[in-house]
Amino acid sequence: MGNIVVAIKQVFDTEAVIAISGGKISDQGVKLVVNPFDEFAIEEALKIKEAGGADEVTIVSVGGEKAPEAIRTALAMGADKGIHVDISSLGVIDEFVAAEYLAKAIATVPYDLVLAGRIAIDDGSSQVAVRAAEVLGIPSVSSILKLDIAGSTATVSREIDGGTETIEIPIPALFTAQKGLNEPRLPSMMGIMKAKKKDLTVLTPADLGVDATAKSNVLEYSLPPARAAGKKLTGEAADTAAELAKLLREEAKVI
Amino acid sequence: MDFGLTEEQQMVQDMAKRFAEDEIAPYIEEDEENHHYRREILTKMGELGLLGWSIPEEYGGNGMGWMEAVTALYEIAKVHTSWRLSISGNCWGPAFTINEYGTEEQKQKYIPGLVSGEFVGSFAITEANVGSDVGAMKTTAEDKGDHWLLNGSKMWISGGHTCDVGLVYAVTREGGGVKGLSCFVIDYRDIEGCERIPIHSKVGMWPAPTSELVFENCKIPKDALLGEEGKGFQICMWMLNNTRMGCATGSAALAAACGEGAAQYCNERIQFGQPIGKFQAIQHQIATLKLEEDAAKYLVYRAAWLKENKLPSQQATSIAKVYGCKAAVEGANLAMKIYGAYGYSTEYPCGRWLRDAKQFETLEGTSNIHMGIIGGIELGYQPNR
Repeated sequence: MGNIVVAIKQVFDTEAVIAISGGKISDQGVKLVVNPFDEFAIEEALKIKEAGGADEVTIVSVGGEKAPEAIRTALAMGADKGIHVDISSLGVIDEFVAAEYLAKAIATVPYDLVLAGRIAIDDGSSQVAVRAAEVLGIPSVSSILKLDIAGSTATVSREIDGGTETIEIPIPALFTAQKGLNEPRLPSMMGIMKAKKKDLTVLTPADLGVDATAKSNVLEYSLPPARAAGKKLTGEAADTAAELAKLLREEAKVI
Repeated sequence: MDFGLTEEQQMVQDMAKRFAEDEIAPYIEEDEENHHYRREILTKMGELGLLGWSIPEEYGGNGMGWMEAVTALYEIAKVHTSWRLSISGNCWGPAFTINEYGTEEQKQKYIPGLVSGEFVGSFAITEANVGSDVGAMKTTAEDKGDHWLLNGSKMWISGGHTCDVGLVYAVTREGGGVKGLSCFVIDYRDIEGCERIPIHSKVGMWPAPTSELVFENCKIPKDALLGEEGKGFQICMWMLNNTRMGCATGSAALAAACGEGAAQYCNERIQFGQPIGKFQAIQHQIATLKLEEDAAKYLVYRAAWLKENKLPSQQATSIAKVYGCKAAVEGANLAMKIYGAYGYSTEYPCGRWLRDAKQFETLEGTSNIHMGIIGGIELGYQPNR
């Protein structure tokens, strides 16, 4: 097997405080990281390569002007080269458009396997990677916990309700990684130094010749309502206990 | 002037923070309680290149320098002060000094193992009756023609009984004062006549081993001498000017840990119907913590920048070290006050912070010695190296 492509997305750090300003989610002062589920995909690709199962690992990311930081983190972990599809000129895109760009970018390099995280922790759509597989005309399996390649066949397993499902599938194919597939490594200092010298190609929408307009449109972003204050019951113990039971049954509907 | 981190330095910071949170934080309580040195943490540090600062790549160095080193060390020390010692113990102490003064053979023999974490390293200067007055040390190394014979003892040696290799300073010309000292590289796995006794009575830094070393007619090979005979004091001062950055950075990071912990606690702890951070008295304490944290941190960066640019850094290093100690002790003290009764409980980290903070005032030059260096240079009594 020759090459593995890993699709990654740069997302807000899990500890980021979300604020909305001017109808948009503000990225002011927010730390950006590689989507944690994509780290499993990167690690799996590197493990396959280190075991002699692949020659090259290419990172592809469709994102804004800061996306190269995420790509370089993946290069520091050990990936060989990166492709950034710079969509900062496009404004807001939906999963359909993102999948079109991702697929076209993946197709610029030879690939035998495409890996991605099963979900991006920001919008949580779980769509882009599998839709890209559809555009590329290759099969896909989501949320895998184990991956074995033998010749031109991949055997993957994933958790299903009450058990494990094992699937055999011809490659090239796309798989999305579930937490538990592996333990992602941290980039080493030497890896960080090497990443500087690795090839990072930037492609513009024009380079890829994608003709796609969003099929869905975000109307509004809103923050979850602030947690309401608790209710305090006062009075005789027997009365408050009865009141509490009533509220739990009728209002909170938990008993 | 630029106060920002480069993209690589940002990655170093992120990586060190994650390393500390994933690989060190889960063991803090257990290792504190058992005074346990978890060697596998050092191994992992080596694998990730966290022990290879300013070391040529041919000996396994990570290709990075002082700015990146202090950035990484800061994140590690913020999580657990004890683990800041390994960077001095392996890299800035023995490896970096061997790289500066050693023969090609010594470099090849010792540096790669110290940098990869295969070896635990150390350096031994202090003796029971010799602290600040290094020139008065009593341990001797006698030239026996085909070997050196070590006699004497060393005290308060970080990693003394856990290390594989280390530097030992000893008198080779009696009565020669500072000009009678020499430095040796010792392979502890390969010598007889050295008893290594763990010291368990420390107030803090429990997971970082400290030892007494007793040399009794201990034969060491002729080629164990590092640099020239009689140049030990010079080598020692050169080394301390580097290893002291470990103290400066570690103490500044400890001050930051206290500040961040206290601020979080202030937002969670409710008294009189509001978070205690809403009270002006508490706000001033938090502000004091922040002032100390920032001042200590940027003094560390300045000293690191001078070193990276090969400019005189001794005074700046002493300033960073003295100020870091002050910030750490004051920070730990204030944090314990802010946490109240919980601060005094061993369930919270305040006790550890305070215990660990106090080491910095003594280690690698007491604050008095550093004040002497700072003042002496300022008055023109000594050069700024």
